[in-house]
This record gives sequence, structure tokens and C-alpha cells, in this order.
Amino acid sequence: MKPEWQVWAKEAKEEFPRANSALMPLLHRIQLEEGWLSDATIADVAQLMGLPVQYVESVVSFYSLFHQQPMGKKVVHVCVGLSCALAGSDELMHHLEQRLGIKEGQSTADGAYTLLEAECLAACDKAPVAQVNLRYVGPVSPDDATQLLSEEVTS
Amino acid sequence: MSIRHYLLRNRDVRNIDQIDVYEAHEGYVALRQTLKEYQPDELVAMVKKSGLRGRGGAGFPTGMKWGFLPNDGRTRYLVVNSDEAEPGTFKDRELIEENPHQLVEGIIISSYATRASEAYIYCRGEFRRGAEQLRRAVQEAYDHGYLGKHILGTEFSLDLKVYRGAGAYICGEESALLESLEGKRGNPRLKPPFPAVAGLYGGPTVVNNVETICNLPPLVTYGPEWYTSMGTEKSPGLKIMSVSGRVRRPGNYEIPLATPLRTLIEEYAGGPIPGRTIKAVIPGGSSVPLLMPNQLDTPLDYESVIKAGSMLGSGGCIVLDDQVCIVGATARLVRFYREESCGKCTPCREGTYWMTDVLERVEHGMGQNSDLDLLSDVADNIAGKCFCPLGDASLGVLVSALKHFRHEFEAHVAGHGCPMGARLYDTVNH
Repeated sequence: MKPEWQVWAKEAKEEFPRANSALMPLLHRIQLEEGWLSDATIADVAQLMGLPVQYVESVVSFYSLFHQQPMGKKVVHVCVGLSCALAGSDELMHHLEQRLGIKEGQSTADGAYTLLEAECLAACDKAPVAQVNLRYVGPVSPDDATQLLSEEVTS
Repeated sequence: MSIRHYLLRNRDVRNIDQIDVYEAHEGYVALRQTLKEYQPDELVAMVKKSGLRGRGGAGFPTGMKWGFLPNDGRTRYLVVNSDEAEPGTFKDRELIEENPHQLVEGIIISSYATRASEAYIYCRGEFRRGAEQLRRAVQEAYDHGYLGKHILGTEFSLDLKVYRGAGAYICGEESALLESLEGKRGNPRLKPPFPAVAGLYGGPTVVNNVETICNLPPLVTYGPEWYTSMGTEKSPGLKIMSVSGRVRRPGNYEIPLATPLRTLIEEYAGGPIPGRTIKAVIPGGSSVPLLMPNQLDTPLDYESVIKAGSMLGSGGCIVLDDQVCIVGATARLVRFYREESCGKCTPCREGTYWMTDVLERVEHGMGQNSDLDLLSDVADNIAGKCFCPLGDASLGVLVSALKHFRHEFEAHVAGHGCPMGARLYDTVNH
């Protein structure tokens, strides 16, 4: 457990004092720093929140944006919703897989990229749309896959 | 065609997301007027008179929803549903990313009307910029005395907090949203009790959609007669329609309700891609049945779209043209519900899984004729049998596609594959 996590837990509980409302804000904040939520992190959060480890695990595993494996420095989400599919998102995903030499759901060996599917990202006017570390990029035609990977983004 | 915008009126104003610019464009004037001229009950009466209906999808009358709050002295909560994730819908994202103060002002007015002393914005986890914009706008509103204790020197106090989800469509369902806001898995709750009686932290709670709340500032400024001057008697006012798919100008368009679907597609969104014809339209988000080309004159108001066999829903209008494979498109949409089913109840969890499986094998040429009846059978075992609306939502496009395009499904079986080459996407325009 990192010392600042105790401060963050206190701040989250002050902002959201009731029920377990502080839990998700705390998980978000720690994941932003750590990149993912390991079993050890989950156990630490459980301790900070005064909750059973199983409870925290059950919450973490419910939500697709809480990651239980190490993530690449750039997490690329490709929207695979219908409007994006109509504009070429499957081809975009295919190009990205080729370019990175990995399959959807995997990370590159050097830890630079993770490639994931996203359900409709509510940006169908930018189809096909992607997110890099949850920042929108789009429209990204399949041929622009390489450019997407070099996109400068804040972590 | 002249387009008069209200909720989107400042979309071209630079830095409208900054409070000074927002104030320079009459921002927070409606709030000042509210606190000066209206008692909370008068405001509820005004919203009832305006006929404003919930813009998240269900179209429930907003004033009536507010009226359900019991008068028992408990702390009341206003929760704003910004978990926009219905495929084809992207209006709330624009509203919060581009003009967050409009929403914040609407929340303060709505909280005053409902006598809520705490308000929350539940922001979809994927909306990273949206959440940042909202947090900054909320802080600016505190700094300018629009939030906190004794707002603008009155007796009214309000705290507003931004809470981020973490990726779950089901949290757009209001009771699942409340569970998530309490730090739990986003499983829907049994209703009744409804949130008005036992919502957030067990207290009386109103849950409203972003667009619904954004209607409040103009409603105060222009009055309920302005609202009822547009649309129909039962569906008055304005709706933001998100148009996507095979049109020339995808985007958000604010229309007076009862504007014909054809006008939305042809005039606002620029019509289909040249040389193509419209095959079918999903008018209100991925959960609603298809409308056919001979129904393009359907007025876009809640009643008329129901009469035409579909729903206005969230206003996410996806246009499919003659190059789109209906089986592939349906498979894609049903797969979404499989991915997003929370798994709590069996018909939804297993049904969406099997329907996706069968649809994908038909699309890829491994289907049999009996698969069409199998799909209908599974759909029957979902319809009306699920714990929350997600299961039923997975059926809208599928059931109407089987009805209108059965020949396409049969052609996939007979030809052992997709006659269009198993591609949703074609390269003509790219």
C-alpha cells in the first residue's frame, strides 16, 4: 500500500460519506496511477474502505473499465457498435491487430499498447471512433490505424 | 430550412464551457429569475404545464415524476443520469462536454423545484473529458455562489457532486445507477419501491436524464407556452436526435417534436449517401424496432412512433441503406446486449447469449432454416420475462428484422453465408 492511498481514501470518504460511495472514486484514482488493480491492490482498498476483499473484488469485476490485468501505457479502445461497424470499425481493429501483432484483449510485449473492444462510445458522429486512454480520436478510417497509435495523449 | 436551436443554441460559441462566457450569453439568468420569482411548487406546476417528458428513453412526464416525491421531511436527492450508452445515441455527450454550465444551471433549478438539497451527476466512465468538464464547471459554479450554502443570498442551499461510472450500460437503468452510486455492482433493484420513495441511500430521489434537465433554463426563460407551441399535445417541445449510420451528415440535431423522420434524415442529416436508398431506420436507439422506407413520413413524437410500431426512445437514429446486411447488423446489436447483460436474471443472460450465437452462425453461413424459429422462440422466452428492461430491449431490432427481412435470413441459410460478403462495411466511401 502506498502512503498516499490513505490520504486518497480519506478524501473520497469525505466527498462521498454514505454507503460505499467512496469505493469507486478511490478505485479510479488508484488505477489512474497504477494502470490496473492487482489482487494486492484490491486487498489494500478493502482494508482502506473497511470492506471484505470479496466485496471489492465483486465490484471491480463488474465494471469493464476496472482492469485486473496490467495494461499497456496506451490503452486503445475501438468502438465496435453498429454505427462504427457500418463505418469500418472491424477493419480498423484488424489493421491495429496486424500492426501491433496482438489480438483484441491483449497487450504488446513491451507494455506500450493494450488493444480492447468498446461497446458504443456515444460518439457515432465520429464513426469509426476510438479512445486512447479514454480520450476520443475519430473518425479513424482503417488506413489511419498507424496514425492512431502515434497519437499523443495524456495518461 | 431554418433551424432554431435552444439547448444547442451556443454550440458555436467559443469557450461557452467557461463560466464567464456562459454568463455573457445569459447564463444563470434563468436561475436568478427562478430564485426571485418562483416558489418550488410553482416551478413543478410549470414543468407539468409544459408537458416536458423524460428524454432518456422512456418519455415519462417530468413534472409528474417530480410530483411523486413524498412530503415526509427526509433529505431529497436529485440524480442526473449521464450514463449515455444506448448504441446510436450521443446527445448527452455533446451537452456535457461542450456546454456543462447549461446542465449545472438546470440541475440547480430542478433541485430548487424538487426541494433537493443534494444532487449527483452520474457520469459514464468512458466520458473522461465529460467528467473533467463537469467537475470544472461545478467548481466554477461554487466559486460564483451558484452552489453551496445560501445560493445567491437566498435560503436555498445545494451540494452537487460528480460521480464516475466505470463501464456498464446497465447503469443507465435508474435503479442500477443508484446501486452503482452507492458503491455496489450495478444490478437493477426490484421495483416498487420506486426511487421517488426509496432511492439513493434509501431517501426520496428523482433520477432525470441530462437532456431533460438541460430543458429547464430555457423553460424558465421562455415559459411553458413556448414549449407547448412546439410538437403535439402529448409530446410537446424539443428533442435532440442523434443521427448516424449511412447518412451524409451524421450529428446531433435539435428538432421540434413531430418533425417527420424524412425531414430529419433528408434535410438535417443530408440524406443517404448518393446512389444509395434507405433500407430501414432505427429511430430511437438500438432497443427499438425498425421503421421501413414507407414509414419515413412518421412524425417524430412519442405517440406517432409507437403507432408506427417503434419508439422514439433516446433519439438515437441509425440509418441503414441498401448495402447493409440486416442479419449482420442485427447480430451486432444483439451482441451488445449479450456483452452488457448484468447476468442477474436467466432469460436475459442466457437468451442474449444464444440469440447472438445463432445470429452469428446464420451470418457466417452455418445456419439452418430451423434457426429462424429458434430465434423467435428464444425471443419469446425473454419478452416480458426479465427483471429489468434490458432483456426486452435486446429484442426490438431482432423481432422486427425477422418480420420485415425474413427473406434475407433465409437467403443466408440457403446460400451458406452472407450474400453481401459478410461485410458490414464497404469501401465505396472510404
